[in-house]
Amino acid sequence: MSQLLFFSLSILTILSALVVVFTRKPMYSVLSLIVCFFTIAGHYILLNAQFLAITHVIVYAGAIMVLFLFTVMLLNLNAESDQPKSGKLRIAAMVAAGMLFVTLVASIKSTTLGEFSLPPASDNGFVQHVGQRLFTDYLLPFEISSILFLSAMIGAVVLSKKEKH
Amino acid sequence: MIDWWLILDKVILVVVIFVVSLAIAAYSTYGERKIAAVIQDRIGPDRAGPWGIFQPLADGGKFFFKEDITPNAADKFLFILGPSLFITTALMTSAIIPWGKSFFFGEHEFSLQVADLNVGILYLLAVVSIGGYGIMIGGWASNNKFALLGALRASSQMISYEVPMGMAIISIILMSNSLNLREIVDMQQGFHWNVFYQPLGFLIFLICAFAECNRAPFDLPESESELVGGYHTEYSSMKLGFFLFAEYINMFISSTIIACLFFGGYHFPGIDSLGLSPNWAAIVSICVLFAKIFFFIFFFMWVRWTLPRFRYDQLMRLGWKVLIPLSIFNVLATGAWLTFVK
Repeated sequence: MSQLLFFSLSILTILSALVVVFTRKPMYSVLSLIVCFFTIAGHYILLNAQFLAITHVIVYAGAIMVLFLFTVMLLNLNAESDQPKSGKLRIAAMVAAGMLFVTLVASIKSTTLGEFSLPPASDNGFVQHVGQRLFTDYLLPFEISSILFLSAMIGAVVLSKKEKH
Repeated sequence: MIDWWLILDKVILVVVIFVVSLAIAAYSTYGERKIAAVIQDRIGPDRAGPWGIFQPLADGGKFFFKEDITPNAADKFLFILGPSLFITTALMTSAIIPWGKSFFFGEHEFSLQVADLNVGILYLLAVVSIGGYGIMIGGWASNNKFALLGALRASSQMISYEVPMGMAIISIILMSNSLNLREIVDMQQGFHWNVFYQPLGFLIFLICAFAECNRAPFDLPESESELVGGYHTEYSSMKLGFFLFAEYINMFISSTIIACLFFGGYHFPGIDSLGLSPNWAAIVSICVLFAKIFFFIFFFMWVRWTLPRFRYDQLMRLGWKVLIPLSIFNVLATGAWLTFVK
């Protein structure tokens, strides 16, 4: 049962990720990225990490992708307004993609695929355990990352204020 | 081993909740028109059936028989996806709501909650946060300036008011030490309703619920005096019906959530001293919850026909400069009270 769920979720994840890259319409890219995030949340639920799954949906699908969609709608990007790329850009893109391809092939060759099995059911992903770990073992990184977010927010406000002068 | 009884229970419960949600949404339109009529000293719909009680059926039938128009320049697929997504997300929240005490048939317990998630309240926030997509996709796919403006307004309004709403919920979570909606409801047993301990949180949550439902005085996404019909300008027939219907379902669900989080859900003082058998207690608890829900649906309508619409900059200022600081203060005050006083 969970094997079947895992494989159908994985196929959906990969398909939606491919649509993000290959579709010509930015709107469809954004929407299939949202589908991709949902399928990843499904993977978290299969791993018994409900809290992580729900937070993933709230933060990525709910907040960040709304802003993406917002930008795409405001810019009104279309396939027609897509400028043909210059020769230099094409060569640069080909070199970069080729390098990524070589790296991926190398890393896939060096990994050995073990027997597939889901981890045993545990309640490590429940919110009590996540909270306990965050506020005991990982307190310092947790607080530092929240300060990072705060400074990013203040930075965004400062940048948007500057443009008015 | 699959528990067939459990699956049968859940299927029955899901079908009943689905039908009840749709029926309440349909009759909310009738209620809305009657309440508006009373407030404006009119009679309201009275042609279809006695006192016009068949008016929602006539309206629903009319939606099905109207011509279904898709604009030439619209994105065909997304134009259909928009309203479908909107009504789907509107119906999704009801899965985590505890509708009453359990029924007992011999040894078999029939729980009146579809999914008892231990992160129930976060599921609620997740559904709320993806609820805006239906409007955004529909408004953009219409390829109409007014629809796009309505969609942009809806999405920015929803993002802005999600923040204080989440903060108000955090103070409730601090009080109850749980993310499970049934535990939050059961904690308010007796007369320990959260509204007495969290009056500020309740006020913030109520205002945000109005904004998330796009209800007056925050119905800027479809303000007909500025944007024709807002995000559903280009929609006709049942696709328009879905948008309007989903708004009423959202109102019903928000009223339920307010009743569960702040007004004790299906509890009322003295329910245990009546000495009822479990099944009768369950029926009484359902009736109590629905009485609270109907009061809040009435409150939504009362406000709509009393207050004028906000201006857009006023809406944004209220959200970011008043509600968010207030809700942060509320979380801090709750934390301090729980740490130092209790």
